[in-house]
Amino acid sequence: MQIKPILAAMRHHKAGTVLIALQIALTLAIVCNALFIIQQRIERMARPSGVDETNLFVIRSDWADKSDPQRIDAQMRADLIALRQLGSVQDAAPINSFPLLGSGWDNFIKLQPDQVKMTTDSAIFFSDEHALATLGTRLIAGRNFTASEAGAQQPRDAMHAAQVIISKDLAHRLYPDGSALGKTIYVTMGRTPSTVIGITDTLQAHMTGSWAGPYAYNAVLVPAQLLNDYTYYLVRARPGQLDAAMRDAPKALFAQSRMRIIDHKDGVMTFAQVRQRAYGPDRGMAILMAIISAVLLAITAAGIVGLTSFWVGQRRKQIGVRRALGATRRDILNYFLTENLLIGIGGVMVGAVLAIGINVWMVSQFEMARLSLAYVAAGVVALLVLGQGAVLAPALRASHVSPVEATRSV
Amino acid sequence: MFAYYLELALRSLRRSPGLTALMVLAIGFGVAASMTTYSVFRAVSGDPIPWKSAQLFVPQIDNWGPKDRDTDGEPPSAMSYLDATTLMRDHRAKRQSAMYQISPSVVPTQAGKHPLNVTGHAVYSEFFPMLDVPFLYGNGWSAQDDAQRAAVAVISSKLNEKLFGNVDSVGRTVNIEGRDYRVVGVLDHWNPQPRFYDVTNTGGFSENVEDVFLPFERAISVGLPNNGNTNCNATPKESGFVGLQHSECVWIAYMAELDDAAAVSAYRQYLDAYAKNQQKAGRFGWAPNNRLRNLPDYLEQQQVVPRDTKVSLLVALCLLLVCLVNTVGLLLAKFLRRSGEIGVRRALGAPRKAIYLQFLTEAGMVGAAGGVLGLLLTGVGVASVGLVLPKSISDLARLDLSLLVITLLVAVSATLLAGLYPTFRASRVQPAWQLKSN
Repeated sequence: MQIKPILAAMRHHKAGTVLIALQIALTLAIVCNALFIIQQRIERMARPSGVDETNLFVIRSDWADKSDPQRIDAQMRADLIALRQLGSVQDAAPINSFPLLGSGWDNFIKLQPDQVKMTTDSAIFFSDEHALATLGTRLIAGRNFTASEAGAQQPRDAMHAAQVIISKDLAHRLYPDGSALGKTIYVTMGRTPSTVIGITDTLQAHMTGSWAGPYAYNAVLVPAQLLNDYTYYLVRARPGQLDAAMRDAPKALFAQSRMRIIDHKDGVMTFAQVRQRAYGPDRGMAILMAIISAVLLAITAAGIVGLTSFWVGQRRKQIGVRRALGATRRDILNYFLTENLLIGIGGVMVGAVLAIGINVWMVSQFEMARLSLAYVAAGVVALLVLGQGAVLAPALRASHVSPVEATRSV
Repeated sequence: MFAYYLELALRSLRRSPGLTALMVLAIGFGVAASMTTYSVFRAVSGDPIPWKSAQLFVPQIDNWGPKDRDTDGEPPSAMSYLDATTLMRDHRAKRQSAMYQISPSVVPTQAGKHPLNVTGHAVYSEFFPMLDVPFLYGNGWSAQDDAQRAAVAVISSKLNEKLFGNVDSVGRTVNIEGRDYRVVGVLDHWNPQPRFYDVTNTGGFSENVEDVFLPFERAISVGLPNNGNTNCNATPKESGFVGLQHSECVWIAYMAELDDAAAVSAYRQYLDAYAKNQQKAGRFGWAPNNRLRNLPDYLEQQQVVPRDTKVSLLVALCLLLVCLVNTVGLLLAKFLRRSGEIGVRRALGAPRKAIYLQFLTEAGMVGAAGGVLGLLLTGVGVASVGLVLPKSISDLARLDLSLLVITLLVAVSATLLAGLYPTFRASRVQPAWQLKSN
């Protein structure tokens, strides 16, 4: 294939060549970054929570009378007995917050009482000895809380937590050598130590914000129900009985006492709904980026078709002359494919630089991760293939121009 | 003459329907993507109180010191009880209010109705005039009510409707958290977004309408606890809500109205003098590190506009840019194809200006058609942002007259801009050359 005549011909329609190359460059730059955003969001959404999501649901009960913590304590204990007695319910536990909720209690964790800076940050879940069985989270070391260890905590009182169970990731963060079990740590901001009596398998924190990235799997379980203005009840339904349990549980609670508020809209949520709510913005962003990428690629492909068709129309006479002088259909086809490939290569080279430039700028502005070069490479290949695909139809039409055209004057 | 150009343009566009449709589609999609994301961006970055935001200030006092500061050296974004109440007592601004978020239960008087959970704020009397809060019935309470810790309440029109039906309930009694309060005012659908007076507790946007406002000191005296964020750098020494009030934990939002530059600098000096005094008294072991930002600056600093919104807008604008480059290419092809026609017109005496007019008219028509398509697609886009964005934000995006006008303007002016270079090339066509080659 001769490249020289192609380059010479390009010089005659510089503007069009530059415009197509520019369009390919911009498309590559944007699509690479958009795909990268999509991949990051999907990765985030696919993170495990560490709980038995299929059978779990949560109820939020707001107390109509918040004045007496003792009464709230007694009510919660009565509620839990009622919930656990339901036939459709496997287990239930009180909890102040849970994986993926988005809001809750997080504390600095220290290894020494007079440490100035934190060692790490962690979600604090106040619950009781039923927490692990309800969440469906396995203990990988140590033991569970006993019923006698489970107490109550008022939210604005100094926190006491003689025994705690911590998540695997937190244990590893505190004691990378794997010796966390039995050690004392400081989870209360005060000087009272807590002994690690158990370590769970993966357990996600409630925090979902980007700031909490490094702490997303740090969780501390404290054996005390939190006597707040409201509480959550985690309920694990027996396999296959989620719907029944979700119907029964609120009724059982209202039978205990009517002096509570369970929001009709989101007072009872399956864990699937919790997950959907937590990752809604990520899913939205991914969809939006996908739509924009699709539109971009479609428009760029259509633009190539449009402009090449014009060029073919413009050069019918020249094509006819070439055909009359002995060029085969294949030669003509190859000519346009090669021309497009050359323009495409020019475009993707500029585009790759642009893509990385945009990413570097986004990293500085929006705390995004660095674009991996694999994305740029994939984008380059995709755009070149797209370009060749788009040019195929007009190039085929060109190859069907008959040599007779050479003799026609207009 | 213009009508003639319109006719020419229409004829030319009809001659290559594929190319025309492609250009219109590109402009339509580009404009619609940009306008849809812009409608969201506009909604979340808007000034919630434009006529007054330059006079509203948020003071921040560093009561934690360098040890607990963030890496950016910013003081805590909320205030401790001690600082907030001292600032209220000193009363140095024209108007000011400390406030904290509450979530009490309201028990309807009608028998058999369930108690409701509502959210609201405990505020001072100047909150209402300072923020120009609109009232349907009645008014806010007085400074005297503040001082006397009067059992008065301002409620939302929504709560008013729920409790009393659609009537003027001023003077009636509402049971909040087991105590009776006299209604002094009913708000007239007030739900500013972003929730600028308490960004720390709402993150800026909230689906819930604020239902009750109670006098700050009254709420404190009856022990109505705060429902918002509490941030502590140390465990409070005493327990309970009272312990929180005596601690250095921050949980109170604060806003002050300062009318001119002199008042601002005086207030700044006052804050620094206060922090110096605290340093002298031994409470702060560090030099004053206060902030006093006006509302727009404060909202910017708190990053109220979600990052995703900005990224989406940028990506959509890039899409528009690609669509425009695409249009430049297609228009160029289209115009130069008619070099012969241009040559004839020029040879018959048409000046360059006429060529410009003719082809820009054609570009403008493409733009207008793209704009109309863009409008339709923007309508679809705005209606469906709820599918991809959290409800608290997507609810704010609206298709209104100004957005319609902007969409059309952007479409037409962008296409005209894209048409400039192809038109320039068309006007440079040499008549003699074209006539000769035919």
